[in-house]
Amino acid sequence: MLALEALDVYYGEIHALRGVALEVRGGEIVTLLGNNGAGKSTTLKTISGLLVPRRGAVVFEGRALGGVPPHEIVARGIAHVPEGRRIFNRLTVRENLIMGAYLRTDGGIDADLDRIFELFPRLKERVTQVAGTLSGGEQQMLAIARALMARPRLLLLDEPSMGLAPVLVEQIFATIGSINRQGTTILLVEQNAAMALSIAHRGYVLETGAVVLSGTAGQLAENAEVRRAYLGE
Amino acid sequence: MDFELLVGIFPQVLLDGLLLGFMYALIALGYTMVYGVLEFINFAHSEIFIVGAFVGVEILLGLKSAGLLETLPWPLVLLGVMLGGMLASGALAVSIERVAYRPLRSAPRLIPLISAIGMSFFLQDVIRLVESLWRNAFNLVYPTLEPLNERFELTSTIDVSAKSMVVIVVALLMLWGLHALVNRTKIGTAIRAVAEDQAAASLMGIDVNRIISLTFLIGGAMGGAAGVLFGVQYSLINPYTGFIPGLKAFTAAVLGGIGNIPGAMLGGIVLGLLEAFAASYMSLLTGGAFGAEYKDIFAFSVLILILIFRPKGLLGEVVRERA
Repeated sequence: MLALEALDVYYGEIHALRGVALEVRGGEIVTLLGNNGAGKSTTLKTISGLLVPRRGAVVFEGRALGGVPPHEIVARGIAHVPEGRRIFNRLTVRENLIMGAYLRTDGGIDADLDRIFELFPRLKERVTQVAGTLSGGEQQMLAIARALMARPRLLLLDEPSMGLAPVLVEQIFATIGSINRQGTTILLVEQNAAMALSIAHRGYVLETGAVVLSGTAGQLAENAEVRRAYLGE
Repeated sequence: MDFELLVGIFPQVLLDGLLLGFMYALIALGYTMVYGVLEFINFAHSEIFIVGAFVGVEILLGLKSAGLLETLPWPLVLLGVMLGGMLASGALAVSIERVAYRPLRSAPRLIPLISAIGMSFFLQDVIRLVESLWRNAFNLVYPTLEPLNERFELTSTIDVSAKSMVVIVVALLMLWGLHALVNRTKIGTAIRAVAEDQAAASLMGIDVNRIISLTFLIGGAMGGAAGVLFGVQYSLINPYTGFIPGLKAFTAAVLGGIGNIPGAMLGGIVLGLLEAFAASYMSLLTGGAFGAEYKDIFAFSVLILILIFRPKGLLGEVVRERA
């Protein structure tokens, strides 16, 4: 479904991604593990068009995304929940969700809102509230819900557990699992490697901008290096 | 002190202040909307405003020489002139952004500001040049629409011209229309989303550049409408007329909380009222020591006081953001 081919991405002079190649197949949850600055968020930003690679290609459903601006990449079926949530603080919860469905012209938006509220009952209670007044967990739910409103075939999630209490992290990951079971393919960036490997099918490990390891979630969880560096053993 | 006189002129002054205030409010919207999405002051907006007034006067003079000014019904004439002014100013604002601001989007913040100031001077003299070539004059007078000069007596001392009432009603309708557009439509929500976070908005599928153009179009059109109303109300315009009202409208936008649309409306009205009351009452209250010409000193002193105690403006930033 998605293939990254030898991506080289720079921030100015800084070489942030070095020949990153990876693949996400339809229906999977694939996780990217790695420390701060390893290039996980950079990879997602390159897929969604916020960053432009100097070399290499992003191929989605057989079509290269080179030079396509972010707002058109959304139209192709990729939604990105960015790091730090980036919800619209001054808009209401409902308005945030409507913005998620900005490009849609079909009549299914109201039905999707109902579906979203089933997935995230907390958001339903706060639908007319200004999003900046939500708690951190609610904001994360809103960020994910907003991305789902675009009906993406591929969902990019950047650090959904960041800053959340353990109970909420469990909840969010359970929801990510059920979103996947309903048919959405997911590429997940996560600091919390144990959580990520518990729901992912496969994973890649990034170090200083390059893929150093890949395998099924089970293989990675058994790998001595992964256990030492990311699972805290 | 003639107390009866003070009370007697009150409604008249209030009306004058509202009139001026709505004018400022309409102009202030252009500053505040652009600031909202780009955090940038479009100093050429005062000329975008006065271009509306010039297009309006040209349409009216054209109708007059064709002998249509008296025969056509006045609401139709006014509507046509307003649409003409709004279209011209809106298109001008969009073009300015395209050629003078967008190429400088990633430059340090002072650079587009300088570009805007340059554009302001450039436009003043382009208007002067065009009108000089076309009419041999650049001080122009709005032809009167006769029915609008009719005056209605409210009391023996106070009367209102039809013109003033039309200006207030039209301005109110436009402010209400804009408010509804920005707060109740999807495209308006997109404008607010872009104002808050451009990158996040682009991840929603919003074409940020299109929204920015749209913002200039709407702000410019409101400025153009204000230009036409200004001409209808005060008659005399020249290419440099826009500068002072523009500056005051910018002040009004800051007073209300720059970037905040209801704030710009409120700021405009407050400034208009302050000016009108200062102009009429200062000389009466000080026994002639301070005449009407000191009105700006009074109005701006009050503004400075308000901003000392509310640095973000009257309606600035009410949302508390959580991490």
